[in-house]
Amino acid sequence: MAAKHGIKSRIRPISLALPLVAFIAITFLMPLGNMIKESVYDAEVADALPNTMRLLNNWDGVELPTEEVFRALAEEIVVLQENRTLGKIGLRVNRVVSGTRSVWGKTARRVKGIETDDMITTMVEIDDRWSDLMLWQGIKKAGQRYSAKNYLQAVDLTRGEDGSISRIDEGRRVYNTLYVRTLYVATVVTLLCLVIGYPIAYAIAHTPPTLSKILLLCVLVPFWTSLLARATSWIVLLQSQGVINDFLVWIRIIPDDGRLSLIYNMTGTLIAMTQNLLPFVVLPTYAVLSSIPPTYMRAAASLGANPVQAFLRVYWPQSLPGVASGCLLVFILSIGFFITPAIVGGTDGQLISNMIAYHIDTNHWGLAAAISVIVLLSVLILYVVFDRWVGVDKLKLS
Amino acid sequence: MKRNIFGSFAFIFVVFSTNLYAEGELTIVSWGGSYAKASIDGIFKPFEEETGIKVNVEDYNGGLAQIRAQVDTGNVHWDVVDVESQDDLIGCDEGLLEFLDDLELPDAPDGTPAEEDFFEDANSDCGLGNIVWATVIAYNSTAFESDPPSTMSDFFDLEKYPGKRGMRRTPEVNLEFALMADGVPPADVYDLLSTDEGIDRAFKKLDTIKDSILFWQAGAQPPQLLADKEVAMTTAYNGRIFNAINLEKQPFVIVWDAHVRDFGQWVIVAGAPNLENAKKFLQYAARSSSMAEVSNRISYGPLRHSAWELVGKHVDTNIDMKPHMPTDPENSKNFLVNDAEWWAEHRDDLVFRFNAWLNR
Repeated sequence: MAAKHGIKSRIRPISLALPLVAFIAITFLMPLGNMIKESVYDAEVADALPNTMRLLNNWDGVELPTEEVFRALAEEIVVLQENRTLGKIGLRVNRVVSGTRSVWGKTARRVKGIETDDMITTMVEIDDRWSDLMLWQGIKKAGQRYSAKNYLQAVDLTRGEDGSISRIDEGRRVYNTLYVRTLYVATVVTLLCLVIGYPIAYAIAHTPPTLSKILLLCVLVPFWTSLLARATSWIVLLQSQGVINDFLVWIRIIPDDGRLSLIYNMTGTLIAMTQNLLPFVVLPTYAVLSSIPPTYMRAAASLGANPVQAFLRVYWPQSLPGVASGCLLVFILSIGFFITPAIVGGTDGQLISNMIAYHIDTNHWGLAAAISVIVLLSVLILYVVFDRWVGVDKLKLS
Repeated sequence: MKRNIFGSFAFIFVVFSTNLYAEGELTIVSWGGSYAKASIDGIFKPFEEETGIKVNVEDYNGGLAQIRAQVDTGNVHWDVVDVESQDDLIGCDEGLLEFLDDLELPDAPDGTPAEEDFFEDANSDCGLGNIVWATVIAYNSTAFESDPPSTMSDFFDLEKYPGKRGMRRTPEVNLEFALMADGVPPADVYDLLSTDEGIDRAFKKLDTIKDSILFWQAGAQPPQLLADKEVAMTTAYNGRIFNAINLEKQPFVIVWDAHVRDFGQWVIVAGAPNLENAKKFLQYAARSSSMAEVSNRISYGPLRHSAWELVGKHVDTNIDMKPHMPTDPENSKNFLVNDAEWWAEHRDDLVFRFNAWLNR
């Protein structure tokens, strides 16, 4: 009887959380699963060219495919052309072998209804790219339902025809630089937020209520303003003919022809991101600081500690839970920052998220998903490290 | 009482939904700024008046991302879009655009059939040609008063012409510019770019000015960057610079040397909510007179021979328009025609290299 009652009393509070569980499943777990699937699974070409792919699976990749393969492909592309879906296949294969898009439409138009014993010669005559092994290898590659190619590409690797994995040639390496840069920006922004945010939080926590309300408002009002509006206002302030440069020239700190480049580069990204993320350090820190009883500091002083000692040994350790949660928030948010670097970042201030957005824009979902998974994993790893080091249960958000 | 309120709402709803635009609506997406304004005044408004179809205008900065998002989610609210030629080809391949094979085009005023009257390659499976435009070099004349720049090589010459350079954030056009500045004749540009050596050579040339480049994305930005003196020289769409010079009296100058010329196209988004109206609009826009109306407002040329005859003076400023068109013989001494087919085939790889170069 008691046990039964126990279960019931446990189910009731859990059932209250059910809407949340459902919400998380629909808005978080499902898209996440979809993203992971997208990064390794691509059936577009495999579904469109089933016979060709079946035959190509037994092909050695060394000599030109047989008449049978050519014939199967010819039949399938004519059907695709009639359904007007051939173009998609051309684009997919073109992504693997650049410069082959036009071969499809041209061949499908001319091969339609042709009676021939020698489809190889016919197709090579229509377009000699059909005699190129690279194209056939490309079709085979594009037709794999499951592959790690997106992950390889996302870490600047490539798989050769013999299956060996090597670094992609230098002119095409891009992502590893961006992961490192993103981590660097996240670290610098977190430190800047801490250095600027801690004194502000201290001031808000220890001034009289009227003043602290005004200070708090100064932190919150920009926080409530749209990211886009803030990024655009930074342009007005920071550009070379902008307010700050004009002012510096006016007070003769810099000459008119030596205006500072404060925007459209890494500097712009760091400045704008720090301002955007500052409240995430200030608010949790303030909440923790305001709960530290002032008597502790007085006690430290009465026991003979000077103000620096009192701060370092009594005050700072107690503020750590707020500081840590603020820094963790800022760090993780920085890794996914996108709009601000896109607007003020120029070339060297772009982050990995800008690349994800770019690949989504150009219909390269697989690669975008692979990069996202890598970013997600790195955040999870950092979180685990943080948990071991500081302990997530010690965090305080308010 | 309740019923009365409901009734009056219903009445208002019926009045507003039926009477104002009996012929329905149409959403057309253009490029914003002075070009969109020329299209609105030159074609969209007269089209509204002639047909009673209400035209809603939206802006974008090119690319297929927004069209793709609408088609993929089945939530299409754009009907007609003004696109670049390679986006027309790729969009058509991807099934994002309606095929236009059954669209009947109006003949020229003198009865010449449309097929003969349109420029070669102006139309495609999914695209109806609208303008010929050019990406040119423009500079602020206050920056270079003596011995101003006059060639594409000058754009890459930071010693002789110091200052920031504006460039569109795409490999398109910039790679061509780099090779032509490096002395490659226009006719050889795409052959060379099809090889790894050619691509390396183009990026090497771009490297020489990389630290001075400020990238822009929207066509309205370059004139603004020049006016604000954020850049000394920039690549830009010729019509935007024309309007800045002549309508806003900006001290800008166009360098026509080695410009890259391209066709713009109207396309209909697959599954457009107002398909019939969209087709009516394309037929209207294809008229020689419609094309000339745009060309008399901004210096983008028409794509029909008969429309070229109708190009005259700018509607507001009375400036003779022909000398400002990319196709004018004076401006056509050295130029390259953008090869949309080539770009559709090589874009994936070159964008990859371009991104790698940007982040190096």
